[in-house]
Amino acid sequence: MILPLVIIALLTIAVAAIAMTLRNLIHSALLLIGSWAGIAAFYFWAGAEFAAFAQVLVYVGAVSMVVLFAVLLTRRSRADLEVAPDAIGRGLGAMLAGGAVLGVLFGAVFATRLDVAPTAAPTASVRAIGQQLMGAHAASLLVVGVILTVALLGAVVIASTDREGGKEDAR
Amino acid sequence: MLGTGLIQGLAVTAKNLVGSFHDPERYTTVEYPEVKPKLPENYRNFPFLVSETAEDPMGTLRCVACQICEKECPPQCIYIVKSKDKKLDASGKAQLYPATFAIDTSVCMSCQICVEVCPFDAIKMDQEFEIATTDRFHGLLLNREQLAKPNSYYHQIHPTEAAAVDALLVAARKAAEEKAKAAAAAKAAAAAKADVARVSRPVNPAAANTNTGQETRATPATSAPQPPAAPSAEAPKPPPPAA
Amino acid sequence: MSVVVVATSASEWTALRVVDSLALVATATDRFLECAPVMLRDAVTGLLPDPWRWIANGLFAIVAIFAVFGLLFAFLTLAERKILGRVQNRPGPNRAPTPTFPFAKFLGKIRTYGLAQPFADGVKALTKEDIVPDGADKVLHFLAPVALLAFATLTLVVIPFGRNLVALQLDAAVLYFFAAGAATELAVFMAGWASRNKYSLLAAMRALAQLISYELPLLLSWVPVVMIAGSLSTVAIVEAQAGWKFGFIPHWHVLTPWGFAGFVIFMVAALAESNRSPFDLPEAESELIAGHLTEYSGFKYAFFFMAEYFGMCALSGMAVTLFLGGWRAPLPFLEFIPSYAWFGAKLLALILGFMWIRATFPRLRIDQLTRFSWKFLVPLALINLGNTVVWALMSGGSPALALARWPVCAAIIVVPFVWLGRAQSASYAPRTYRYAA
Repeated sequence: MILPLVIIALLTIAVAAIAMTLRNLIHSALLLIGSWAGIAAFYFWAGAEFAAFAQVLVYVGAVSMVVLFAVLLTRRSRADLEVAPDAIGRGLGAMLAGGAVLGVLFGAVFATRLDVAPTAAPTASVRAIGQQLMGAHAASLLVVGVILTVALLGAVVIASTDREGGKEDAR
Repeated sequence: MLGTGLIQGLAVTAKNLVGSFHDPERYTTVEYPEVKPKLPENYRNFPFLVSETAEDPMGTLRCVACQICEKECPPQCIYIVKSKDKKLDASGKAQLYPATFAIDTSVCMSCQICVEVCPFDAIKMDQEFEIATTDRFHGLLLNREQLAKPNSYYHQIHPTEAAAVDALLVAARKAAEEKAKAAAAAKAAAAAKADVARVSRPVNPAAANTNTGQETRATPATSAPQPPAAPSAEAPKPPPPAA
Repeated sequence: MSVVVVATSASEWTALRVVDSLALVATATDRFLECAPVMLRDAVTGLLPDPWRWIANGLFAIVAIFAVFGLLFAFLTLAERKILGRVQNRPGPNRAPTPTFPFAKFLGKIRTYGLAQPFADGVKALTKEDIVPDGADKVLHFLAPVALLAFATLTLVVIPFGRNLVALQLDAAVLYFFAAGAATELAVFMAGWASRNKYSLLAAMRALAQLISYELPLLLSWVPVVMIAGSLSTVAIVEAQAGWKFGFIPHWHVLTPWGFAGFVIFMVAALAESNRSPFDLPEAESELIAGHLTEYSGFKYAFFFMAEYFGMCALSGMAVTLFLGGWRAPLPFLEFIPSYAWFGAKLLALILGFMWIRATFPRLRIDQLTRFSWKFLVPLALINLGNTVVWALMSGGSPALALARWPVCAAIIVVPFVWLGRAQSASYAPRTYRYAA
């Protein structure tokens, strides 16, 4: 049972590593989507079907589009691509940010108690997940909803600022 | 309400879908190579030569190689060579005939002027549209044998027009016949009168002479433009319209 | 049809594994036609030793899906052209002959009334030159149609085609279906971007805008079904629609106010998701040079079409499962007809509806298209969600309340429909031009 996990993990890490090294941003984005799919596969391996399909639906279906749109819309010229990371400050900042994320993640991983002996897989049905979300975790769900709504409204505001003059095509 | 227009549109297409199976008014497609389309009577594209009979098209061409069409043709696509000898035409009169009559359909612009100028109703417009060939020079240059088609075919493709033409031809022949008869009668009468005058009172021969002179001059003048009609005092009727 | 038997209980299901269950066949039904596909499967895979059998069963299901839907695709293209022809009062393709075989010359060419057309098309697509633009991203250009077809095929796996005929029984099958369907957007983007053609790229962007816009009403329209059925499993949803009221009205979801509204929203969104007319802006072959397919030719182009038809079949199949009672017969005395025949009939009816709509309506403009989704379908789908809650709450009470929920729920969905529809119709008024006379 451990072999699929190793394969999934290796593939995911390999895909993510290649995504980092590629110069072509679109290829990187597509490989990033591949790594997300790998994470979904991991969920699936762990028996969390719902989380796996939600991961695919949200990340591969929707977030990937956001990433691709962002890549295509921000690349204004070829010169933008060739910013060499020569500045020491830039490099240091990147290292610090990456290190901070790594620290948080490792902290979370080490703080979790992991059973060495595999117990029976927890059977979390969709109904149970729904009841948990609506009951015990209703507050966090609401907060997440509010944050996402604010983000959506912000995106709408940003996107609609330069639409003052051109109104003849409103209908 | 939103959607009513959509349902109306769906009803229209559904009617078409069902109607195309039983309503010939809707389903108008003709499966072409197997079933020929019914062309409108006035459809025409390229000229052909009318012959009186289908059995001997070369012998009964109405064309007398007068070359009017050749001269009038705007793109100059007609080429005619007159015959050296004369041949009896349908009415039994000796006429020239086209030794060569060729139309280059790649040049022809289907203007129908040749048909309009022909005094003998010998060239008419065809409905043959499957004229594609693999040889763009010789395949599109039609000679006399390819161009000749019987009058019955003309009746088939343009029934109204052909009937009118036949009626005109018959009328012209009849008129010419009567005229010739009248002329013969007048001639006979004049001859008789001259005889009488010569016998009884030989006074004014000039009057009789001028009379006969007019007669003799008049005959070729009327007959010249319509050789098949004018000399056809004894001509057979043109073939009856084909079914 | 795919033939893997339902697991004994869905909760025991843990991973992507196909359960072999010879014993279950007998319990399901004893009619021969009903269990013929499963018996056929077992006859083929029963020869193998036990450890290999589940793989063989899975392979059998895959082969069956490809065979059935491949053939269905071939003849649906023909049916579509025939129907479009008849709607336009012409015969449609009817003269593709059989080839003359050298060993059977006396047969000559047999007229097949167009039935040979799909094969002629296939041969044509195979023999056409496969053109890849010079600056194209070769790998992605090749990968896009393959990925699109793969995702479209993946969606077919969880649809129950009949009693016990589902290739993969998952606890979250509906979610899986739409997750796999959402991944097709990626393939469309790859096709547009890899072609190295600005028109392709713009068309891909436009297609993405459309697909994302219609993803939302599509997802929202089936949530009520999941709420009422209480499960994300397709098999359980079909189970929830079993039985007849008064002995002849089936318990299909489409026969309730919220179900009917959800079905209509689902079908409209499905039209847009599968790039069918009148929402076929991504291709728009007659005016937008086929959009992201501009630089595709030959068999890759055929792949895109295959994926379109597979997607159409999958979405129609999902609509049948969610709203039209799946493989269940509409009337009790018609149950002697095998379940997969009922499923096929419903599927074909929906696909014919797609074709009928294609033959009728003109194509929308992109702004009309997105406005229709965001200002009409999405609000209506959300209202329908609330409507379903009202329905579910009212069904628990007294018989009078249960009767009253019909007009109440119908009003909850019809009034916003009319109101929103009026606003929509106003926005489709004849276009006024500022500078033109």
